[in-house]
Amino acid sequence: MYEIRFHGRGGQGAVLASKVLAKALVEEGKFVKAIPSFGFERRGAPVAAFLRYDEKEIRQLTNIYHPDCIVCLDPTLPATVDIFAGMKEGGIWVQATKKTPKELKVPEKVIKAGFCDAFGIALEVLGRPITNSIMLAAFARTTGIVSLESLNHGLASVAFRDAALEENMEAARRAYQETRVYDTGGKEIR
Amino acid sequence: MSKTIVCDGNEAAAWGVARSRPDMVAVYPITPQSSLAEYISQFVADGIIQADLMDVEGEHSVLSVLQGACLAGARTFTASCGQGLAFMFEPYFRTPPLRLPIVMSLVTRDGITPQCVWGGQQDAMTVKEVGWIQMYCENVQEVMDTIIMAYKIAENRDVMLPVNVCHDGNYLSYGVEKAEIPDQEDVDAFLGEKNTNWHVALDPERPMGVDPLTGGAGGAGPSMFVRYRKGLCKGMQNALGVISEVHGEWALKFGRSYAPLVEEYRLDDAEYAIVTIGSMSGAGKDAVDAAREAGEKVGLIKIKTFRPFPLRALLDAVSKVKALGVVDRSVSFGWNKGPVYQEVLSALYRLERRIPALSFIGGLAGADITIEHFGRVIEMTGKALKGNVPDETVWLNEND
Repeated sequence: MYEIRFHGRGGQGAVLASKVLAKALVEEGKFVKAIPSFGFERRGAPVAAFLRYDEKEIRQLTNIYHPDCIVCLDPTLPATVDIFAGMKEGGIWVQATKKTPKELKVPEKVIKAGFCDAFGIALEVLGRPITNSIMLAAFARTTGIVSLESLNHGLASVAFRDAALEENMEAARRAYQETRVYDTGGKEIR
Repeated sequence: MSKTIVCDGNEAAAWGVARSRPDMVAVYPITPQSSLAEYISQFVADGIIQADLMDVEGEHSVLSVLQGACLAGARTFTASCGQGLAFMFEPYFRTPPLRLPIVMSLVTRDGITPQCVWGGQQDAMTVKEVGWIQMYCENVQEVMDTIIMAYKIAENRDVMLPVNVCHDGNYLSYGVEKAEIPDQEDVDAFLGEKNTNWHVALDPERPMGVDPLTGGAGGAGPSMFVRYRKGLCKGMQNALGVISEVHGEWALKFGRSYAPLVEEYRLDDAEYAIVTIGSMSGAGKDAVDAAREAGEKVGLIKIKTFRPFPLRALLDAVSKVKALGVVDRSVSFGWNKGPVYQEVLSALYRLERRIPALSFIGGLAGADITIEHFGRVIEMTGKALKGNVPDETVWLNEND
């Protein structure tokens, strides 16, 4: 079983991101359960969403406390929320940021990090700082867990409130190309 | 053709409604049911549900409208929870004795106060004595399938009672999984012809007194009243058999089977068991598997149908074990225990030997009941088997 925790701010689409990824993983034959964390649904407030997938049926419907992977949709969130809480050793961190590993403190338990200037791409392509489809593509690039094609199918099946599907797919395509993936030494590995 | 989608429990419920072809729906939004109301409205707008959607000003009107529709022969649906259910209570109480086969999703929510919009089964447990059938679902697919089965149960001539299909707020309202939408023709064949008002109707061709004033003591009133009461009791008891039959038919036709009343999990050689209800059960089963690997002879008993109470099925299950730990997601303030626990105790009285039972309460106000929490339940219930039986209720999330 592989466990992913999304962090974002209300309005960036972390919950929708977990739903889109669930669709993409099901398309690739996986068993998936995803749930949002339950808090106050306000724009800008920190939110989280959880997704676990496996090759066999999953029964537990609970939050995730020890994620294998953390996807953070907001560049300022790590300063206010301990996004690494409970993360497993050897985990993967996918972060919306313009910065490099030298500028950000990468915890020792992270063995691979994928950084993407999600806000930059979002403002250029979507005209709004909505980063969910972008960070899903960054996740796909960093982890290789899901293909961009399956993600696009997932995106196509949800209704977007703030932007059209084509724009989201273009933003995802760019994010897939521009995400920088680093190893434990902070060396870019692609 | 059936169709596979990935959706949350509220969308699954809406698809179950769509396949059941209601004639009239009325819903007033309330968290965590709101997106279910939105899906229903969208489906009506898109023509997926070809029903009249009544926009009304609150839950009291929602159910009053549907009562009229049902008396006029319509198949009806609504959904509510928490404070919305509280506001609906007056017509809610009238529905079972009128024998109206209305189906309503209860997207269970904890009760205020303090303010809380999150999951918990306090609302459903508070109305357990009103005469609605209550079935609790474990996963997204079961929500969809149970809604469809609920119509067949409610409209059975030996039942004619309203059904609450309960799915846990937060965990199953927003929880996302793969689900299969059954083929429309198959569901049509499964449900058959509907007749919701052969027994009581608003119909100018068949004028009758509906909901009569019975009159006080000294006349025929009280005995008529008792006939209504006993009829409702009989319908509830008939429902036990009908619920089992309908689940059996569902499994044959659609290939997905669910324990209709009480599920027994790894119980046959168990020395003790935990009792669960609703969406917590998956984590409970995982915890049982882990304890089994550590050598514990523990099983799990899941209650799906809580009203009518599945006495026989539960007795069959509990007679196999020597101690029980019952996990509730709500509180009985009269007992300071869980309501499911109290009901299980009533069943245990029918056993020839006395077995210890512990009350655990967790998952209030959207809190998690994790595999680790169930580990604690299993450990304490195992100790009860050896004579350590605390009388105090154990509050699972208190120290989280």
